[in-house]
Amino acid sequence: MKEASITGRIISVNGPIVKAEGLTEISMFDIAEVGPDRLIGEVIRLEEDLTIIQVYEDNTGLKPGDEVLSFGRPLSVLLGPGLMGNIYDGIQRPLIGIAERCENHTLIGIADTCYIRKGIKIAPLDPEKKWDFKPTVKEGDVVKEGSVIGELQETELVLHKTIVPPGIAGKVAFIVEAGGYSIEDPIYTVIQDKKIYNGKLADYWPVRKPRPFKNKKSPITPLITGQRILDTFFPIARGGTATIPGGFGTGKTMTQHALAKWCNADIIVYIGCGERGNEMTEVLNDFPRLVDERTGRPLIERTVMIGNTSNMPVPAREVSIYTGVTIAEYYRDMGYSVAVMADSTSRWAEALRELSSRLGDMPAEEGFPPYLATRLAEFYERAGLVETLSNEEGSITIIGAVSPPGGDFSEPVTQHTTRFIRCFWALDKILADARHYPSISWIESYTEYLNDIQEWWSERESEWRVLRNDAMNILLEDNRLQQIVKLVGPDALPEDQRFILFCAEIIKNAFLQQNSFDPKDMYCSPDKQIKLLKAIMCFFRKGKELLLGGLELSKLLSLDAVSEMVRLKSEIGNGEIEKIDAFIQRLEYSLNSLKEEVNIPHTPDFSKGKSANKDI
Amino acid sequence: MRSEVEYTNLSGISGPLIFVQGVKGVGYGDLVEIRNGSGEVRTGQTLEVDEEIAVVQVFEGTTGLSIKGTRATFIGKSLEIPTDREMLGRVFDGLGRPIDGAPQVISDLMMNINGLPINPYTREYPRDFIQTGISAIDGMNTLIRGQKLPIFSGSGMPHNLIAAQIARQARLLTAHEEFTVIFVAMGVKFDIARFFIDSLEESGVLPKSAIFLSLADAPSIERLITPRVALTLAEYLAFTEGMHVLVILTDMTNYCESLRELSSSRGEIPSRKGYPGYLYSDLASVYERAGRIQGKKGSITQIPILTMPSDDISHPVPDLTGYITEGQIVLERELFNKGVYPPIAGLPSLSRLMKDGIGEGRTRKDHAQVAAQLFASYAKVKRIRALAAIVGEEELSDLDKIYLRFGNVFEERFLSQGYNENRSIETTLDIGWEMLSILPEEELYRISKEDIQRYYIPQKGDV
Repeated sequence: MKEASITGRIISVNGPIVKAEGLTEISMFDIAEVGPDRLIGEVIRLEEDLTIIQVYEDNTGLKPGDEVLSFGRPLSVLLGPGLMGNIYDGIQRPLIGIAERCENHTLIGIADTCYIRKGIKIAPLDPEKKWDFKPTVKEGDVVKEGSVIGELQETELVLHKTIVPPGIAGKVAFIVEAGGYSIEDPIYTVIQDKKIYNGKLADYWPVRKPRPFKNKKSPITPLITGQRILDTFFPIARGGTATIPGGFGTGKTMTQHALAKWCNADIIVYIGCGERGNEMTEVLNDFPRLVDERTGRPLIERTVMIGNTSNMPVPAREVSIYTGVTIAEYYRDMGYSVAVMADSTSRWAEALRELSSRLGDMPAEEGFPPYLATRLAEFYERAGLVETLSNEEGSITIIGAVSPPGGDFSEPVTQHTTRFIRCFWALDKILADARHYPSISWIESYTEYLNDIQEWWSERESEWRVLRNDAMNILLEDNRLQQIVKLVGPDALPEDQRFILFCAEIIKNAFLQQNSFDPKDMYCSPDKQIKLLKAIMCFFRKGKELLLGGLELSKLLSLDAVSEMVRLKSEIGNGEIEKIDAFIQRLEYSLNSLKEEVNIPHTPDFSKGKSANKDI
Repeated sequence: MRSEVEYTNLSGISGPLIFVQGVKGVGYGDLVEIRNGSGEVRTGQTLEVDEEIAVVQVFEGTTGLSIKGTRATFIGKSLEIPTDREMLGRVFDGLGRPIDGAPQVISDLMMNINGLPINPYTREYPRDFIQTGISAIDGMNTLIRGQKLPIFSGSGMPHNLIAAQIARQARLLTAHEEFTVIFVAMGVKFDIARFFIDSLEESGVLPKSAIFLSLADAPSIERLITPRVALTLAEYLAFTEGMHVLVILTDMTNYCESLRELSSSRGEIPSRKGYPGYLYSDLASVYERAGRIQGKKGSITQIPILTMPSDDISHPVPDLTGYITEGQIVLERELFNKGVYPPIAGLPSLSRLMKDGIGEGRTRKDHAQVAAQLFASYAKVKRIRALAAIVGEEELSDLDKIYLRFGNVFEERFLSQGYNENRSIETTLDIGWEMLSILPEEELYRISKEDIQRYYIPQKGDV
């Protein structure tokens, strides 16, 4: 390691904020190593001779007079093969490596592997592991920034492409032959105008600086999550942004886990930011066992985790979301679609608040610093569908959970977040209390991606948009009628309105509610979603017609097919959806036999045309 | 070893803080010994330090300290306590010093009371079902070994009875292992502490328990240390001695108020209701010390008790607690007034770890579905009751009337039970089925047909 170029000394310590003097050449957001344990910190403010550093580790015991070192380099992550399946803390220290390293250390009196010791320094990527690298360029080729110079199989699921870093271009003067190389071995040399760049399999990138791309595009494909309420009612596009706000116990983490498991992105970056330790453990336990439907490989092979739990140092929580999104950009630049789950951005905002308050900043709303909105905007803007420097298509979808105090969405973090996202998945306490999961409210949630991704669905089912809007209208009408029901009871309503209430109930139980522990129901394929919705809407349309023809409502409600409909989702797997077609036929048959009872001579076609085209 | 210098130059005293001037070589977080004019010794901790001044929080409070005549000695380490098995069966004050008349604990093993964050990679996901014998908990909000499950209560409600009942009845179904209770009182009245001690004594667990008391008359800043001291002992017992430790922390609201007091005397910018912005992180540093660790036999299960000021669950203390803990047991005033014991609210209560700790081989195959159906049906009861309050019960449909009957019986038979009644999980689930059988079979949409056939009890035509 090269010698520290800048040194100074501490003059005061207040929580994780350290003030130092003598570091005259240091720049903003450079790394500083503080005190005898060389704790990692970052420069967050410069005032004349004073350097203000936030320390990412427990800093008890630091004293005025202790030394501060700096290499004059910004806080960076090491990007290279070996990230997949790994779990890091907020500043990219590998938690698995820490556990192994602590094996023979005496910590708080007992030799123990289970705690995170301060000052521990471990390379984020295994420097010894040999990767089977195949070059894709030859000596003499001209490459530019973003060009792929070779490939290696990082995991069975991920083909890792080694890319010429941004800012580098020229002629390949040297490239290794195919074979096993570690991340420290020289791999290639690029020369332009006598500037020589020696490339390796891994390289550093500063976390606070977005990686460049050619241009941004409008999203057109949905990110399929396998969750019916999301895919059908509030879809998100690849490259989109969404937020999941909800009070405690409403299922934010359950929803984030379900998305990380089932969404059809190529790469998942899961950031546990200031949340429970056991939740990270759960991901670590489940993902090696869960198998990706499309490839048959364990999900862990496409997942990178950042775990800065609530009891780990607060400043590292602030930086953890940047660490996560920088890793996501690295894989985006290889042409992958990446989904970033950040749970929870409120804890990140609170870390920002705590640090800003220790600096004595003037607070804006609820003690949060005035730059909260800017920081949120910067983070969400790192999402998007892009044309990469090597002309490939890559995307980052960001889904951030928000934990509003008291479940009140009018608080600053939720409010500012809604300005920068286009998909709002509101969690509802009442649904959660009734154990209706996912407890995403169909009244408060919204998406702005419907028009963007409509075509994708229409190719599968021409009537998709109409079905979806009609179902949504039933739910909205139900919401309106429930206000009346609260006052007069359902029996006071006319039959056609009671029928709407009944159909809304079916949509809620047979479609919206989804059991994440039921093997047939936990993931619902787009085709199964379409069929289920068709079955329900077929009942609604034909039923409405029969009611108009004079049929008694009770006869319609007592059909056997109705109670069968609620169980379709858990009895029919994704691979056997023709059974739903058979069910729809039976349903139509029994509805038609009711028709003979009321003797409707002529059938006006209700199923098409008359639906509201208004979007919700 | 550093030479310990005694400083006599105080520049100010404010609330629980003293400001010591002219310090050299003092570390952030260092322990401080403070002597007043009459030689009385107090303990403190350095909160902030620069080249001139150290800000020290005095755990015993600053009453009786003066600017002149107070001497401070900085000890170059953080607060540590001795840990030993011998501490079981003993009573300590809020700083971990014995107050039962027996001698000081002597141990080679001094542990820093702040502990260290557990590496999530080395945690073991908690899965072992603890039978508490209380239907509302076992059946619907299962407690798991290594979980942190708080009781959200209000003044006057029987949270202490419930916690004592859990401490007395809790056991693992699969094995018999070494079990201890650590009781931590923060700012509660003497009679509540007395009640717990008596209750532990009656059930014979007192000799295997450790008790930490920072009662209502103790200095409030001391309470910030008390849970950390107790959890340090818990970590030793669980992860070195391999014991299963149940830690009862009461009352976390008092703890948070002490934190607010300290924060405001430091002049920090408050967030909600005057509590500091770091209340969440601070609470997490207490609650996250629960759990299990790979390759270790023991576990720490936490039951923090907190009273919600004016029963408001959105108050910062229950709110932030709920974001950290793995669920919550909420006590409901309405049930309490009806005379239901334990008045555990059906809907807002939740156990997040329940899903992996129940089912075939752990409790019973139908457990998850029965619980889900009870929740869903009881939620419907609540809606119908709201409607009945407006239109009158007579106007309800027949089905709605059946639901109302289900709701009443559910509260009387399933939720209610005696303070000494210890129900097995089988009994709890059987009572659950009795309740569900009041409803027509078609209404049980969260339960598989197979389980309905097996457990549903058809009614004898008198409905």
